[in-house]
Amino acid sequence: MSADFVARGQDLELESIRKEFPGFVAVDDLDLKIPAGEFFALLGPSGCGKTTTLRMIAGLETPSAGRILIGGNDVTDQKPHQRPVNTVFQNYALFPHMSVEDNVAFGLKQRKVDNPQQRAQAALEMVELQHLAARRPQQLSGGQQQRVALARALVNRPALLLLDEPLGALDLKLRRQMQIELKAIQMEVGLTFLHVTHDQEEAMDMADTVAVMNHGHIEQMGAPEALYDRPKTAFVAKFLGQSNIFVGEVAEADDAKLAINFKGHRLAAPAARVEKTKGKVAIGVRPEKTSFHPEKPASDPAVNTLGPGTITDIRFTGVSNQYQIEIPDVGEITVFAQNVGKSPVVELGAEVWVSWKVEHSFGLADLPTGEEEVAE
Amino acid sequence: MAFVALGPQAPVASQKPTKTGRVALYLLLPGLFYLGLFFLTPLFSLILTSLKAPSPSGAIGRYDVALEIGNYGFALGQYAPQIFRSFSFALIATVIALAISYPIAYFIGVTARNRPLLKGMLLTLVIAPFFISMLLRTFAWKQIFSNDSWLLNTLKDVGLMGADSYIIGTDFAVIFGLVYNFIPFMTLPIYASLDRLDLRLVEAGQDLYANSFTTFRKITFPLSMPGVISGTLLTFIPISGDYVVASRDFLGSTDTAMIGNVVEANFLRIQDYPTASALSVLLMAAIVILVSAYVRRSGTEDLL
Repeated sequence: MSADFVARGQDLELESIRKEFPGFVAVDDLDLKIPAGEFFALLGPSGCGKTTTLRMIAGLETPSAGRILIGGNDVTDQKPHQRPVNTVFQNYALFPHMSVEDNVAFGLKQRKVDNPQQRAQAALEMVELQHLAARRPQQLSGGQQQRVALARALVNRPALLLLDEPLGALDLKLRRQMQIELKAIQMEVGLTFLHVTHDQEEAMDMADTVAVMNHGHIEQMGAPEALYDRPKTAFVAKFLGQSNIFVGEVAEADDAKLAINFKGHRLAAPAARVEKTKGKVAIGVRPEKTSFHPEKPASDPAVNTLGPGTITDIRFTGVSNQYQIEIPDVGEITVFAQNVGKSPVVELGAEVWVSWKVEHSFGLADLPTGEEEVAE
Repeated sequence: MAFVALGPQAPVASQKPTKTGRVALYLLLPGLFYLGLFFLTPLFSLILTSLKAPSPSGAIGRYDVALEIGNYGFALGQYAPQIFRSFSFALIATVIALAISYPIAYFIGVTARNRPLLKGMLLTLVIAPFFISMLLRTFAWKQIFSNDSWLLNTLKDVGLMGADSYIIGTDFAVIFGLVYNFIPFMTLPIYASLDRLDLRLVEAGQDLYANSFTTFRKITFPLSMPGVISGTLLTFIPISGDYVVASRDFLGSTDTAMIGNVVEANFLRIQDYPTASALSVLLMAAIVILVSAYVRRSGTEDLL
């Protein structure tokens, strides 16, 4: 086999991919298209099917139905070693009986690439580990092993690089540093990255596009900012950051806005930011878009107001304070306030009103169930 | 020394000696005492006997303490064919046992890994022969292979064997019996290694463009080497000294005699204790040399 290095990453297409295990469906008719050169994150809680999806793309798991295309070629029936895909495994999976350099050169040797050792050296230089080339993997720290795993995959210039929670085993500081490096390397080599993670900050920090997965299907997909600003389902609203969510019957709906009757309070959202306009509708707002006031604010159709309630908890988290406000008949509301010296000085038990601008509300396509629920 | 290979791979950083090290030393004492009494004493006695000279009285089985190094030369000259045969048989039987055991061990340790019931049943099958005395089992094979047995008659009837050919007493019968008796000793250590094999490494190999065969050759097999080394040692060493299978009473004949049979004959029948002892010492020395060369080679050389 000759060395058919691809200069750039290729696109990935999943056509109604399905994976059934005895007793449950891990991936449920998933359609996905990742453009070449993109940093794509598949985000979801454990058991949502994201790792199974990644393993099917790598060829380590056979789909029950559907097709996988890489650069337009159907690879569904190809064995893992025939696919132009490399994986950075969650536990790194470095070969313990080989030196770091031999680990990195392994794929090159299998493909009969010229000067495998030299290329391995160069790849180790990229991750700044050339001085450890002769060591065994188990003599390296977790962060170093992670970089070796990355070099071992990247050196092959795969059309698609799969990252299976590669930063999960690292401590916070190292993880942040590796996130920055990983992103820099991806921009530098121009490969297509598919990153599987349950860490929403990691996904939003690095990826161009994030797909939030739940129960074997994609709930919502888009740029991190868009996903955060306008979650379309209760799951996304709660999984990506925090949300205050209120459920009520639609009271009025026109071209400009939609309002629900939430326990006697009128809560509105812009018509362009709602998914559903009939029956029971859930309206949400991010805690940092919410503010509280010691006196009842003047009535304003552009502002949603709830209250009065009492502050039950104040948590200092550094850049911001997190307040829990309990409103009788309404429930608990979370408010973040930046510590810029402008937020009102309040104490536990103080009576406050909560408000946010209508333009910051978002309307969900579904209703929160059990766990995600805040107030109803 | 050799059995280090049996344990899990040593951690990279050795632990610092602590106060518990002293306790461990005390706990070691009974073992050391046992070894001194039951290993070193007979060894010393054996070496002493191997250097004895015949008593001037000329009585059979009577020897005096001496420094008769010539006993070794005599033993080597007289029994060279049996010594050579012992190691050839041991080598052949070990290779065959490895070829049979590895797939069994792989199936139990890797393929059946997530099926505890199947795994337990297969492991029981591997050790089931131990439930019956090795002598009885070997004797059973003697009957199966005997000249008027159902097996031989059938083979002769269908023309796979000549009318006047036989199995008992041939090299084939002895090697067959040796392989049969020692397969569990080969299978279990290899199984222990393969059972610990991290299958994610195999997946990583496939992900890095290695096909199934290459993945086996470069990842699975090297990582199972501790088991292979233990298994081959646990097979090769006892076979080299085995005297049951190759004896005339079981599957062998005078043409298949191994060192063990010669030692037995010299000790118990001819009562030539010095020659028997010299042979024993020679066997031991040869095994120590062969085994240390083997372990050193497989231990320090890059396993690829």
